[in-house]
Amino acid sequence: MQSAVIVFPGSNCDRDMAVALETVSGQKPHMVWHGDSELPSGLDIIAIPGGFSYGDYLRSGAMASRSNIIRPVIEAAGRGVRILGVCNGFQILTETGLLPGALMRNSNIHFVCKDAELEVTSTASIFTSGYASNAAISIPVAHHDGNFFADGDTLDQLENEDRVVFRYRNDINGSSRNIAGIVNEAGNVLGMMPHPERAIDKKHGGTDGLALFESLLR
Amino acid sequence: MKVRIFVTLKDGVLDPQGKAIHHALESLDFAGVNDVRAGKLIELDVAPSVSREEIDKMCDKLLANTVIENYEIELPETAPEKTS
Repeated sequence: MQSAVIVFPGSNCDRDMAVALETVSGQKPHMVWHGDSELPSGLDIIAIPGGFSYGDYLRSGAMASRSNIIRPVIEAAGRGVRILGVCNGFQILTETGLLPGALMRNSNIHFVCKDAELEVTSTASIFTSGYASNAAISIPVAHHDGNFFADGDTLDQLENEDRVVFRYRNDINGSSRNIAGIVNEAGNVLGMMPHPERAIDKKHGGTDGLALFESLLR
Repeated sequence: MKVRIFVTLKDGVLDPQGKAIHHALESLDFAGVNDVRAGKLIELDVAPSVSREEIDKMCDKLLANTVIENYEIELPETAPEKTS
């Protein structure tokens, strides 16, 4: 499995993401700078990591989603390449339009940084097939703009099409219907606010993120 | 040519920042404030050749996220015009 991690100015989870991908796949991912206009050939997976790209200027993910590398990323998504966007990566995917909705300021205005209790609400996706159905898992979150918003019709559609893959078990940021992660219509693009790459090693407090990478790299 | 663009959250979209400002005004004993909504003002200095349509495109493609935001464009010597 060939993977790449896109690096923006202000990304800060790119290394953790690379370690997670390498730990599970045994292969070093390509680190791709946002200013490049081509991706390495033969990629199976593209990860868009967390952080604060461009200092969250204008809106979280707004500037990054207009950078050079995004055009080939959108083309790759169209070809079925698996795309994982975590935290700022999720914000960037909604800003590009690859995923619906928007991530707004947390409803209680606080930056939330803790282990979030999640429910795996769909195991039909290529990202979550390794979890037990309705599994309760704990994955760290660290964000200020994690309040998922979409209009009622979009939310109904996401639910009817089984595209909500993770939900918070408690309201931590005001997200519509406690949505923590969604996939696109084709099922090859996942955006989520919690950080599975920070939950792959017992020494770091938990390994509930491991099954996501194992599903993804299967 | 100076163009001013006002970006505001759509009606019905929760504005935590506006709420916090509202709360702070109340705690300063200002009475009678019914609601507060916070937005952004973006000022562009553009060549006179830039058309209104192009400014619209700038708003749609980057300056506003129309999933959650509306924008109004104020051209020189005109009142703000509602666009979406």
